[in-house]
Amino acid sequence: MPSLEFRQFTCQRDGHPLFNPLNFALNGGEVVQIAGPNGAGKTTFLRSLCGLFDEWTGEMLWQGTPLRVPDFSLCSQLLYLGHQPGVKKSLTAGENLRWFFGVQGMPFPGAVSDALAQVGLQGYEDTFCYQMSAGQLRRVALARLYISRAAIWILDEPFTAIDRFGVQNLETLLQRHVSNGGLVILTTHQPLAISGVRLIELQMAGRGGNDVD
Amino acid sequence: MMSTDTPSLRRAFWASLRRELLLSYRHKGDLANPLIFFLMVVVFTPLGISEEPRMLARIAPGMLWVIALLATLLSLDGLFRSDYDDGALEQMVLSPQPLACLVLTKVFAHWLLTGVPLTLLAPVLGVMLQLPEGGYGILFLSLLLGTGSLSLIGAIGAALTVGLRKGGLLLSLIIMPFYVPVLIFGSGAVKNAIEGFPVNAELAILTAMLLAWSVMAPFAIAGGLKISVRA
Repeated sequence: MPSLEFRQFTCQRDGHPLFNPLNFALNGGEVVQIAGPNGAGKTTFLRSLCGLFDEWTGEMLWQGTPLRVPDFSLCSQLLYLGHQPGVKKSLTAGENLRWFFGVQGMPFPGAVSDALAQVGLQGYEDTFCYQMSAGQLRRVALARLYISRAAIWILDEPFTAIDRFGVQNLETLLQRHVSNGGLVILTTHQPLAISGVRLIELQMAGRGGNDVD
Repeated sequence: MMSTDTPSLRRAFWASLRRELLLSYRHKGDLANPLIFFLMVVVFTPLGISEEPRMLARIAPGMLWVIALLATLLSLDGLFRSDYDDGALEQMVLSPQPLACLVLTKVFAHWLLTGVPLTLLAPVLGVMLQLPEGGYGILFLSLLLGTGSLSLIGAIGAALTVGLRKGGLLLSLIIMPFYVPVLIFGSGAVKNAIEGFPVNAELAILTAMLLAWSVMAPFAIAGGLKISVRA
């Protein structure tokens, strides 16, 4: 069961904290929505969980052990989907997915066409991604979720450019993941139709205050 | 064969090499770019300097090496650029496999698709520059060894500057000093061969540089990429 704990955790930009320090613990079986106004540091917070941002203070504990940079054990249990989903336009949908798992050292997934069908891209396995719309590109990236066995999903605005039907599908998938003991941390500006979403609000830290230590 | 589900570095290596080659195959123009540059400069040299064979023969070893070096430099700026822009680099950094090994595949593919074609083309272009007979074999061999170092060194610069808007100039400034020894020993080997002197020392030094950079550069490249991604 994955567990992540934050103590007095805040991210910084140019030496200023982005949001007020956070204290909370997350466990498997939870969908956690990080909310807050634009510029409050939602993306930065998610990136620092993955080790893609390291100007943070406070403590981050993974299974009870403090973490500075995510190590092997965390990396292999983590799936991060950022604003730029890492889909190459000159590769086909299938090639993109196979690379994604290959680069982690996983065997070529046989389930690529199934996963694409799940996100509504049936028969698109050999279609070049430059022929796809923004929403379809996003779906190629989201197809990873159907193959991945990572316990922690970190999703930055996963619903961007996805139509209503796709959003419903994705919500069902997230629900299934957490009911299997997984942990989902996401940001979105859409209301979520998932029961028991835990909301964590980032409060913008006042700039220039003297509470900075 | 038994298939295991544990992540393996070998799979990551093949997956990323396969992708690099596929991507290059789909962007053939980028592949031809350094080669056409190489060809163009060699064609212009007799026109611009002198068509006199003795003069050309004297400058040929140095010219061929300098042009090959600049052609490599030309291809370096884009090495990590598209992966940085579309987020693929983040996924590589997040892979549980060591980043140094993943970038080594990228550099290997770069050498395979830039260094090797330049090496194969160089003797042909040597004819156009009246390269004396004794130089062809050593030109080929020295470039084969030297371009490997050029790709490795260049990738360090590319990794450090990928996050910058206009990193091109900085890239050249960072890597030029490290290119100097490769150029000196590479063109020196060809000159010695033409004049009938032994070339073992130069080739040994080129090999030593290649081996040293192969060991050290991947870590520097991985470090540079991590800095660029985290910025």
